[in-house]
Amino acid sequence: MAYSDKVLDHYNNPRNVGSLDKTSNAVGTGIVGAPECGDVMKLQIEVDGDRIVDAKFKTFGCGSAIASSSLATEWLRGKTLQEATAITNTEIVQELSLPPVKIHCSVLAEDAIKAAVSDFKRKHAGEDA
Amino acid sequence: MNTPVYLDFQATTPVDPRVLEAMLPYFTQVFGNAASRNHPFGWDAEKAVDNARAQCAALIGAHEKEIVFTSGSTEAINLALKGVAEMYGSKGKHIITSLSEHKAVLDVAKHLEKEGFEVTYLAPDKLGRHSVEQIEAAMRDDTILVAIMWANNEIGTIQSIAEIGKLCKERKVLFMCDGTQAAGKIPVNVDEAGVDLMCASGHKMYGPKGVGFLYVRRKNPRVRLVAQMDGGGHERGMRSGTLNVPGIVGLGAAADVARQDLEKDAKHSLQLRERFEARVFKALDQVFINGDKDNRLPGCSNLSFAYVEGESLIMGIPELAVSSGSACTSASLEPSHVLQSMGVGDELAHSSIRFGFGRLTTEEETDYAADQIIRAVIKLRELSPLYEMALEGIDLSQVNWTGH
Repeated sequence: MAYSDKVLDHYNNPRNVGSLDKTSNAVGTGIVGAPECGDVMKLQIEVDGDRIVDAKFKTFGCGSAIASSSLATEWLRGKTLQEATAITNTEIVQELSLPPVKIHCSVLAEDAIKAAVSDFKRKHAGEDA
Repeated sequence: MNTPVYLDFQATTPVDPRVLEAMLPYFTQVFGNAASRNHPFGWDAEKAVDNARAQCAALIGAHEKEIVFTSGSTEAINLALKGVAEMYGSKGKHIITSLSEHKAVLDVAKHLEKEGFEVTYLAPDKLGRHSVEQIEAAMRDDTILVAIMWANNEIGTIQSIAEIGKLCKERKVLFMCDGTQAAGKIPVNVDEAGVDLMCASGHKMYGPKGVGFLYVRRKNPRVRLVAQMDGGGHERGMRSGTLNVPGIVGLGAAADVARQDLEKDAKHSLQLRERFEARVFKALDQVFINGDKDNRLPGCSNLSFAYVEGESLIMGIPELAVSSGSACTSASLEPSHVLQSMGVGDELAHSSIRFGFGRLTTEEETDYAADQIIRAVIKLRELSPLYEMALEGIDLSQVNWTGH
């Protein structure tokens, strides 16, 4: 299968690989996918006020899944929570030129973003915004 | 050393120069139709075909009259299974095969189910083996055929063919064996093994693509088939169509070289495989051999690298030509049906790679391949949330995943 240059770039030089302290109140963690499906994405955001100041990922999955989550961390940094949840999988598909069989990778990345944001919000439920 | 390094010898092999040399005159000089009875062009072609027939027969301990040339194993399997089903369908409608067979067998079996046959698909054990007891237990009064492959194309597991053959003889059930991976790689003798039908393919044994044969037993019992290709009645009526003389000459020459070099080739492939696996296992933890470690094709190493995904792993080793699952399924996202049938979890099945070592593989290439895979696995495990969780002591089977 031929990969786009952008997928190859993210695969060869993944951005923001790593883990944040999932117990920290400033961190939201999203883990989506399942090993038996061939992809698991862990995406974490560190939030200051309403703004994402750091994002990290670890992904078990194909090159397109790795690239989708790597790209997501790049996009997330500096965004507000609202802007973050507005990121759609189609934007990821376009940016990485993903073929139809790899669209599910971008969906997974979108799900991971939403899961990380809602984990953060859950930690702060009841607090004044 | 040239890259990419070819380590996919179960998918196909290059034509051996000795084979090519034997073939060349049959394209331009000896170009006759082997069925032409009236002139030397035809006689010479027929003589070459007969010689190749004897060479193929010698490789598997058969008589030359028991060899039917085809376009390859897939066609031979179609002819064998459909031909037997049509010929013996009035005696019984039950066929036994394995879930770990090649798609060529499984898809024909599915076709026969639509035609009114009943097929029992046996699951192999976790090493990919079938016991005689398991096959015997599946036999019924109306069983007409057992189809079990000699050696598996993905994992290399070698079956106890002689025992299965003996059982089939006792029960008067025909035994078809896909010998595509075994012929020319390990000793194969259809008489000693009690095999009634067996296919082989030229391109798996350093011969050309598009040519293979079906062995059809003619004594004890005499196997009869309904032809699946009608026409001029070539190959004693079992496979019509003008014979591919250069291809058949190449197949024969490949069989001849394979027979003479069998021990040498096997020793060479085995030594490289052992060297490769030793190097990989020394550097990495959580690597698993798929198949029967002690009883597999000498040049086949199918490994699962826990916590990394197969496609990304292949992407990380662009200098190695290897296969994730079988080549026929690599276009789909499904994990290998062979590994699934053995009960290998989907997760490990997704991270499996088949490394194939062959006649031309060198020690330098082997070491290079091991180092490349080690590097890629280490890198991907740094990226893997599963490896991180495993290191934290989390039991991944107990996690509530959000499958999609």
